[in-house]
Amino acid sequence: MAATTTPTPEPNSSRRRGGRTGLGIIPNYVVLTLLAIFALGPLVILAFNSLKGKAEIGSNPLGFPKSFLWSNYPDAWKVGNFSTTLQNSGILVGITVVGVIVLGGMAAYSLAKLNLPGANIVTLYLLIGSSLPIQLFLVPLFFLWQKLGLVNSLPGLAIIYIAINAPLAIFLLRSYMVQLPADFEDAARIDGANEWQIFSQVIVPLSWPGFLTVGLVVALSVWNEFLLATVFLTDQSKFTVVTSYYNFTSRFSRDWGMTSAAAMMMIVPIIVIFLALQRRFIEGMTQGGLKG
Amino acid sequence: MASPANFETASSFVVAPQPQMKFWQRATFRKKVVPWLFVLPILLINIAVVLGPAISAIYYSMTEWTGIGEAKWIGLENYRRLLFHDDAFRHAFRNNLLWLLMFLTVPIALALIAASLLSQIKRGAIVYRLGLFLPYVLPSVVVAAIWRSLLNPDRGITAKLSDWGVPGMDKAFLGNGSTVLPTIAFVDNWHFWGFLMVLFLASMQNIPPELYEAARLDGASKWQEFRDITIPGIRPTLVFMILMTSIWSFLTFDYIWVLTQGGPAGASEVLSVLVFKNAFMNLEAGYASAIGLSMSFFVGIVIAIFIFLRKRGWEI
Repeated sequence: MAATTTPTPEPNSSRRRGGRTGLGIIPNYVVLTLLAIFALGPLVILAFNSLKGKAEIGSNPLGFPKSFLWSNYPDAWKVGNFSTTLQNSGILVGITVVGVIVLGGMAAYSLAKLNLPGANIVTLYLLIGSSLPIQLFLVPLFFLWQKLGLVNSLPGLAIIYIAINAPLAIFLLRSYMVQLPADFEDAARIDGANEWQIFSQVIVPLSWPGFLTVGLVVALSVWNEFLLATVFLTDQSKFTVVTSYYNFTSRFSRDWGMTSAAAMMMIVPIIVIFLALQRRFIEGMTQGGLKG
Repeated sequence: MASPANFETASSFVVAPQPQMKFWQRATFRKKVVPWLFVLPILLINIAVVLGPAISAIYYSMTEWTGIGEAKWIGLENYRRLLFHDDAFRHAFRNNLLWLLMFLTVPIALALIAASLLSQIKRGAIVYRLGLFLPYVLPSVVVAAIWRSLLNPDRGITAKLSDWGVPGMDKAFLGNGSTVLPTIAFVDNWHFWGFLMVLFLASMQNIPPELYEAARLDGASKWQEFRDITIPGIRPTLVFMILMTSIWSFLTFDYIWVLTQGGPAGASEVLSVLVFKNAFMNLEAGYASAIGLSMSFFVGIVIAIFIFLRKRGWEI
């Protein structure tokens, strides 16, 4: 597992493989542009279709819309019950991110700075625990959660998300905290601070970029999560944006305009946040190979 | 959590356990117990969610259990059924192997080519990198919905290609038992390969440029540079991603479930789909646990192969 550490990709790498300048580089651009069309073309078509009515979808399913039917968006918002599902997804993301950051951050601090006795065992456990397939523990977990009354409960599902996302967060945060010089904690300790005060007032402020990265990656993975949300939230009033969209598309499979508009409302915020903070996202997602 | 008491002592290093001190002020407590208090909350949650149920799955896999009532002990009967009497299991396992094959070839080759091309350019590199990575951040349900329309046999992009005279495009790719699995793999790949590309690119950017300059002076071709410098240069990342992709191939669920629920007529079923169907639709939670355990077994085999190769001296 030593190969996990992937260097942070530099967005503006000066280390290019020099020499192939001028005309020799044109084939690269041609191939890359074709690949970019492959990657982004479907999204452009989705945006086009989100503005078309049923009739136009039939005659012009792929091209630019002849007239813009903006009402698809409010319709999809209403029919797709976005006001509820957005709230549910928001609650799940909120609880999970706070839980992972606080509890995972504490564990990372202990592993990085407190000379935890038995740290190797804890690390090994987290490593094994994070590589166990969900399908292994899913069935007993579901029936255990049912017994505890945690099925169809947003905090109940958030606990599962916290457990599953924590190991990666701990590894990332630990590697961040290990690099912090000990001077700050030592000074605080001499001033009489206890370990909790050192953690919350010295370590967290110093390692905030690590926390931001972890928070973003965890938020995205919870926002997009499908399997557990389908299994653990069966009551329609508890659906997340993702599971509700899944139902929505099977109910309105013929109305491409509206389903496309709903899809746009789901992905545009993700894309905007991703582009704004792309360095942190890519750093977090490429370190340790997040589940695909 | 930790004691809020302010310590009178100068620092933990010089604290000598004195009789009048409270227990939380003693050095052993600070050094041995407090660190555990920081890891315990998350450890307990993880054990309740992952380890406990994982261990009980071993027990339940040897029972007949609907998930609600009592589990009835039946020994290895579930495994016997799974190995010798369940065509669906065999078929699903074969689909997992096909999936593995598809994911170890197409996305890795595509990502290597794109990363290699991208590592040679400077202007616009960041735009291409973001654009190619973007599908990876989208939720599976949206990606599936987009491609379900694009693959629509009447008005999708395949229908368009067929109108233009491209042969073999006039099919319902998702509705046909012989094309459904590769088609779902294609959709999943559309979302996945950019992630590999970014990882490979990051790794390639750490290869010293002098190596390429030296190769060029020796008159190496682009292919030779790729084979003899780029591939060895990113080998740790490449091997690690082959390992992870192999593991993920045995666990894949989302795209298959969202696009076809394993259909038509079970043609695209994989093991995780069988777990889901048995546990939550057929009331066969015991049998589902056995399938889940067999999936972990295959993942274990993949990891064991890599450890074995490393022990044999492969630098991976």
